[in-house]
Amino acid sequence: MLDGKYLFIVVGMGLVTYLPRWLPLALLSNRRLPGVAEAWLDLIPAAILSALLVPVLITGGQPVRLDLMRIEFWAAIPTFVVAVVTRSMGVTVVLGMLLFWSLKQFV
Amino acid sequence: MKRNTGDGTGLHQRLSWLRPGLHAAWPICLGYIPIGLAFGVLAQKAGLNVLQIGLMSILVFAGSSQFIAVSLLQSGAGALAIILTTFVVNLRHVLMSSAVSVFTGGSGKRILALFAYGVTDESFAVNMAKFREGSWGLRPALVVNHTANTVWILSTMAGGLGGQFIPAGAFGIDYALVAMFIILLVMQIRSRRHLWAAVLAGISATLWSLWVPGNSYVIVGSVFAASVVTAIPRNDRGVSGRSDQKPVN
Repeated sequence: MLDGKYLFIVVGMGLVTYLPRWLPLALLSNRRLPGVAEAWLDLIPAAILSALLVPVLITGGQPVRLDLMRIEFWAAIPTFVVAVVTRSMGVTVVLGMLLFWSLKQFV
Repeated sequence: MKRNTGDGTGLHQRLSWLRPGLHAAWPICLGYIPIGLAFGVLAQKAGLNVLQIGLMSILVFAGSSQFIAVSLLQSGAGALAIILTTFVVNLRHVLMSSAVSVFTGGSGKRILALFAYGVTDESFAVNMAKFREGSWGLRPALVVNHTANTVWILSTMAGGLGGQFIPAGAFGIDYALVAMFIILLVMQIRSRRHLWAAVLAGISATLWSLWVPGNSYVIVGSVFAASVVTAIPRNDRGVSGRSDQKPVN
């Protein structure tokens, strides 16, 4: 059931996943960073969210290709407007789901 | 500390940080349920039982790398190959933990070690937005992490038990996390520099993802964009003339 090889794999996976999550917090939390590093880290959340999001919206297939006809993309445009106007997580998530779901019924 | 009158245990007061955390976590949970179920179904088809699925979700707690690990297991890959792939896929969390560390000064080692366990794309995005607002601490952030974590573990195990009976994509639930990332991205854009970083990261990540397989585009796109914008000297004011930026040094 929980044989040795599987246990070795998941413990190893857990370690290599945990260390990159923990080390920066342990090393940087109580340290004053130089101004440039702080300015850089200040931009990281916006950059990383966009880097996670945009490829999901406009690429697809295997191998990956640019695809502007995806429902993910067309639902994202009104969802984005709703987000800017309402600034509400609840409204944006629920309306985004509804938009995506309704567009799917037509395509 | 002052105690609530008529509430002998002080329970109400002690749990006051629980609610904001739970409130912030619900979109993550909504998004994790279908993904977790799907993972459980796949893992079960690859020959893992519910205990093995749960163990992986507890020890690893990183969706995309778990999917990859299961497909590697199925294709008969070796243990070290699977572990190394997991490392590469999850390396992006270095950036997230570094960005969070700006807000966690003065925290104890233990709570930081516990918090680190729950750093995911989703919890990072939610907690960062809250830390930025100012009224956030590690305790509500931990509630976000562990609520999401619990839902993830249970969803993957439920998927392993019989998730194939649940229709995929009901009510657009598979779009919940995308919509959540959209609103969180909007909330991160607080100046023209943030806007440029986001635009540049989106373009460069997309281009990189077209040339290089895997998810290295997340790290490459965001590091490239943040570095370029940091290198540009600041002489602008915020979006539409608002001077909401900190003065330089």
